[in-house]
Amino acid sequence: MSLLPSLSTLLHPSQFFSFKGVHPDPRKYLSSESEIEVMPVPTLIRLPLQQHIGAEAEPIVARDDYVLKGQLVAKARGPVSANIHAPTSGRVIAVGHFIAPHPSGLPVPTITIRPDGEDKWGPRLPRMRPEDATPEEISAQVAEAGIVGMGGATFPSAVKLNLRAKYDLHTLIINGAECEPYLTCDDRLMRERAEEIADGIGIMGRALGVKNIIVAIESNKPQAIDVMSRYNRALDYVFQVKVVPTQYPMGSEKHLVRILTGKETPARALTADLGVVVHNVATAHAVHNAVRYGEPLISRIVTVSGRAAKRPANVKVLIGTPVSEVINHCGGFAEEPDRLLLGGPMMGQPIHNRRVPIVKGANGILALSKAETPGSDVMPCIRCGRCVQSCPVGLTPFEMNARIQADDLDGAAKIGLMDCLTCGCCAYTCPGNIPLVQTFHFAKGKLAEKQSRKHQAEETKRLAEARKAREEAIAEAKRQMMLKRKAEMEAKKKAAAEKAAAEAAAAEPMAQQTQGEANS
Amino acid sequence: MTAQPLLAAPHTHTVFTVNRTMLAVVLALTPATVFGLYQFGWPAIFLFITTVASAYLFEILSLWVAGKPIGPFARDGSALLSGWLVAMTLPPYAPWWVGVIGSGIAIVIAKHMFGGLGQNLFNPAMVARAMLLIALPVHMTTWVPPVGLFEGPGFVHSLAITFAGSSEYDAISSASTLSHIKSQLGAGASMGAITPDLADLKARLIGLVPGSMGETSTLLLLAGGLALVFMRIITLAIPLSVLGTIAGLSFIASTLAPDTFAPPILHLTAGSTMLCAFFIATDYVTSPVSALGKVIYGIGIGALIFVIRTWGSFPEGVAFAVLLMNSCTPLIETYVRPRVFGRTRTGKPLPIAKPKRTKQAAGDKA
Repeated sequence: MSLLPSLSTLLHPSQFFSFKGVHPDPRKYLSSESEIEVMPVPTLIRLPLQQHIGAEAEPIVARDDYVLKGQLVAKARGPVSANIHAPTSGRVIAVGHFIAPHPSGLPVPTITIRPDGEDKWGPRLPRMRPEDATPEEISAQVAEAGIVGMGGATFPSAVKLNLRAKYDLHTLIINGAECEPYLTCDDRLMRERAEEIADGIGIMGRALGVKNIIVAIESNKPQAIDVMSRYNRALDYVFQVKVVPTQYPMGSEKHLVRILTGKETPARALTADLGVVVHNVATAHAVHNAVRYGEPLISRIVTVSGRAAKRPANVKVLIGTPVSEVINHCGGFAEEPDRLLLGGPMMGQPIHNRRVPIVKGANGILALSKAETPGSDVMPCIRCGRCVQSCPVGLTPFEMNARIQADDLDGAAKIGLMDCLTCGCCAYTCPGNIPLVQTFHFAKGKLAEKQSRKHQAEETKRLAEARKAREEAIAEAKRQMMLKRKAEMEAKKKAAAEKAAAEAAAAEPMAQQTQGEANS
Repeated sequence: MTAQPLLAAPHTHTVFTVNRTMLAVVLALTPATVFGLYQFGWPAIFLFITTVASAYLFEILSLWVAGKPIGPFARDGSALLSGWLVAMTLPPYAPWWVGVIGSGIAIVIAKHMFGGLGQNLFNPAMVARAMLLIALPVHMTTWVPPVGLFEGPGFVHSLAITFAGSSEYDAISSASTLSHIKSQLGAGASMGAITPDLADLKARLIGLVPGSMGETSTLLLLAGGLALVFMRIITLAIPLSVLGTIAGLSFIASTLAPDTFAPPILHLTAGSTMLCAFFIATDYVTSPVSALGKVIYGIGIGALIFVIRTWGSFPEGVAFAVLLMNSCTPLIETYVRPRVFGRTRTGKPLPIAKPKRTKQAAGDKA
């Protein structure tokens, strides 16, 4: 039954020779026609302090504090970090640990707020006129608002806006590809809030000081392409809206840059090295809100989808809303889901506890039925090469897997393990259903551990050697000192002896004289 | 809450699992097979069933001996496909034990001795064909003309042909296109003199010529192969390079010396060229995985087929060509690797165009 809709995705003439990327069944129709709805304030808000890449934020509220909507509750710590704000007014009932929205389910530092239902705004950030503001002021405002990359990678946006200080930037690419199946939150946002997004794009362009702005949208979103083409100017910028092929992983930063500019980002370099910066459409929308209205990032659009979800929808939820409440808002489950995911089906994280909160990077809640998920039976590799053909990075996943299974981690690293994006194309396309991505995650972790142990051993050795050298130097100095002292003593003794001898010699004739005198 | 197994992304999967892939290949082979069985009649049908069934039994036996789980592996369809391909390369009136030995060689020696599914170095069907060809040259080169199911020997008579070793069919034996050319050229005839004796192009395209059970119908094999390409089970890299090389070499040779070399169209439509290009050379396990590796492999097979057919002692060289290139696959695999994104072919990062002031880490995805 899952075979039929997939047949439509089979015909891609460009792929008769080589694939590069995959065409998973998009299944976006489940939620693509549902308008964004605003979910009411939930009964509980949980804000993990780590919702972004970089250092954990530092809580500045305590238990029993009353917080207002938009009030800063945790401050960015260090250069790569992000502020966290209270999404609604209420009382802080705990600053402690709660289960992470992550497959590990480990407890992470979390601020828990019980909303009072008033949803009362505190003082907002000062509004700005981006037309008159300097780039520094704009990125400071974005940093203050706690905005992170909302496509899922959650890199603090202000840090990326500040790249102009170090690189010659000329192009801003707005990523509206949304290549993950099922997800429609960016699509809906573009269709419904195009004007606001366009303004946000213009503001980011100004902050970066770029000349060109490109908005990239996958070809399967004709309405979004249409509306973004109409709202294509803001702040003296006219953006180009470019249609990119519907193919996973089109939204990968470096691949998007290559398809739009033809330039390939060197390994271990940034797209900024080519003068290009990529931001997500939802990030642009958040920037608009932060700069024009002084609103920090306290909500986001989440796609609720999957065949096990009763009413697939696009919901605007407050950051920190428990997943279970979002699902209940959408009518609960149609059937018990086989897997519950945060994010898309290709790279999303399965969660086991439904009370975990929505975080800034969570773009979807997918309740997948048994029919939608891969089976658990694994067959041996038949060397079909589909993983090699689909790998967007040009790796040989089956070979890396074989090496890792044989405990040859260095061999796997040598053939490119560290270049792997873990995009999941190989495991998606593997007919043997081999858990390739899981193996690569494992090997990367193991290599990192090995590296740190090696580093530690080297450090220990270096310190031990330094200490030995230091001790030797001290001993040598002592010995030198002793020798010097000894030499001095000897010189003294010699001098004394000589003196004594000279005195004796001087005394002798005198003695003889006296003797002679006595003899005569 | 009980501990659940960690489920890793991706959480969606292609419809083509191992057994669906094998079944798709079998389906693509079906039109040519059904046509071949119809053309060669009951003896071919009996031999086909014997070969496929014995391949399946050998598979289960090998799995049992190796101590592997029989259920999932017996369902993977690979034994069905191997047995099927062995049967397609047998002469239609060969006795039943030739088919059984063939599938035994393919499954036990060529596949399970190397470690089973995915581990074999050589294409099982081609190992079987090559060994049978050398051990049983008479049985393996006795061809019969295709007369159709209803014109050929009857049901009971056919049972005798396949299972009782009745040798009456010698009387109706005829030469395949390639063996005819080989023997005539060897006898000193010129290509121009041989051509009128051969079946015409239309007969070779449709499959109205003597030959192995499943290799005669060029058009149906081509259609099945293209279906596999459309289903993205295989890419065009290997078929095009095999066919292109055979056509190119024979074009050059027959242009230079039209009397001693067969023209390209004859090479492409005779023997098991089409079967090899789309179904045998493209075997996953024994061919290289990268696109360039596939092209090199395909060119190697095409060139060897041409060389063996033209100068070798056998009229048909597909089995030997494929086996020889199978043995080159690990070598090709080692040296022909895809280029990694952002790196040169040697693995160094691409040079950065403009020198930059400082570096700072940034996220991979916006």
